[in-house]
Amino acid sequence: MADVTDQTFDAEVLQSDKPVLVDFWAVWCGPCQVQGPIVEEVAAAVGDKAKVLKLNVDENPVNAQKYGIMSIPTLMVFNGGNVTKQFIGVTSKDTLLAELNK
Amino acid sequence: MTYDVIIIGSGPAGYTAALYTSRAFLKTLVLSGFEPGGQLTTTTEVDNYPGFPKGIMGPQLVTDMKAQVERFGAEIKQEVVTEINKESVFTITTQSGKYTAKTVIVATGASAMYLGLPSEEKLKGKGVSACATCDGFFFRGKVVTVIGGGDTAMEEATFLTKFAPKVTVIHRRDEFRASAIMLDRAKKDERITFLTNKIVEEILGETEVTGVRLKDAKTGEMIDYPTQGVFLAIGHKPNTDFLKGFIDLDPKGYVAVKRAETPLSPQTETSVPGVFAAGDCVDPRYRQAIVAAGQGCMAAMDAEKYLETHGTEDHA
Repeated sequence: MADVTDQTFDAEVLQSDKPVLVDFWAVWCGPCQVQGPIVEEVAAAVGDKAKVLKLNVDENPVNAQKYGIMSIPTLMVFNGGNVTKQFIGVTSKDTLLAELNK
Repeated sequence: MTYDVIIIGSGPAGYTAALYTSRAFLKTLVLSGFEPGGQLTTTTEVDNYPGFPKGIMGPQLVTDMKAQVERFGAEIKQEVVTEINKESVFTITTQSGKYTAKTVIVATGASAMYLGLPSEEKLKGKGVSACATCDGFFFRGKVVTVIGGGDTAMEEATFLTKFAPKVTVIHRRDEFRASAIMLDRAKKDERITFLTNKIVEEILGETEVTGVRLKDAKTGEMIDYPTQGVFLAIGHKPNTDFLKGFIDLDPKGYVAVKRAETPLSPQTETSVPGVFAAGDCVDPRYRQAIVAAGQGCMAAMDAEKYLETHGTEDHA
């Protein structure tokens, strides 16, 4: 699954013509290790309908701060550059897919 | 296909049970639940699980347990069980499928409790957290509080000093349930202060946490105490809601296991024959990874014995 960084966030997420799911995570976060494979499955299942990206909050503090991340994993859905949905804590594949397939 | 054993839960109890059943050539499925790996995934250094002289990180310990179980062929699925029924075999329903098994081991553990305040719900992820190891990073340079008086509270307070210049532990009594070594470490740390006999009445803030409203347990006096982060460490509740009406639970929701009839009776059997339970979902007292692992082993051996005596006649 592709990473998004502070450098690529604008092009990859905000300018995307498709919905984008961003998984804010870090290596030291246990529950994030659980969320990772779930997000991989979501990416596989959703196909071309949406983009699924992960953002390492350690390496990309600008966007972590901009979006007020204070708990990880946090999953945000972006549509047309705006946050349209946010999930805090480990979130199931079904819940995420339902949101992306809306 | 019917499994010999379905294990619900994926902490030390569930994985140890799976290790034993898969090594005994029992067809084993682990349903890992909404918090795969369980409470160890939110801990830091584990120094009281023997075999690791330098300690081991909790998430690593449980990841290693999973790898060990996979080596012996147990299947692991990241699904959450919503219902169990018993007909000729057990039918276990998850959000995405149905599975059948001859025996079931319940190892669903316990999850962090919240205070239950609407203001707390509103500010979750906006300064309210039940996992310092996950969220402490976001509180660099901020002033934070930890609510609770047990080992988890002491561990979280100590961990948070990596990021926060000032950590206040707020506890509703003046005695601590924390072990002497954990309490001592926190008390010696000059960045940690203690406020005792204070009950959290409200978490303050609109879009992020700005403070907590505290009531003195003795005088009833109310104060607003400024803080930017509130970490909850007020205990755990067993993850057994989906079992209500299926097996007997005690009034607090812990799975009731049968008392031994003789020293040779199974020690982990629940009110339903063929259903065994282990770990924090049965244990309000010890709540240790090593105890959960030990009980997981017991439940596996009880299930194996049960299958030897009942398995073939009932389900042939």
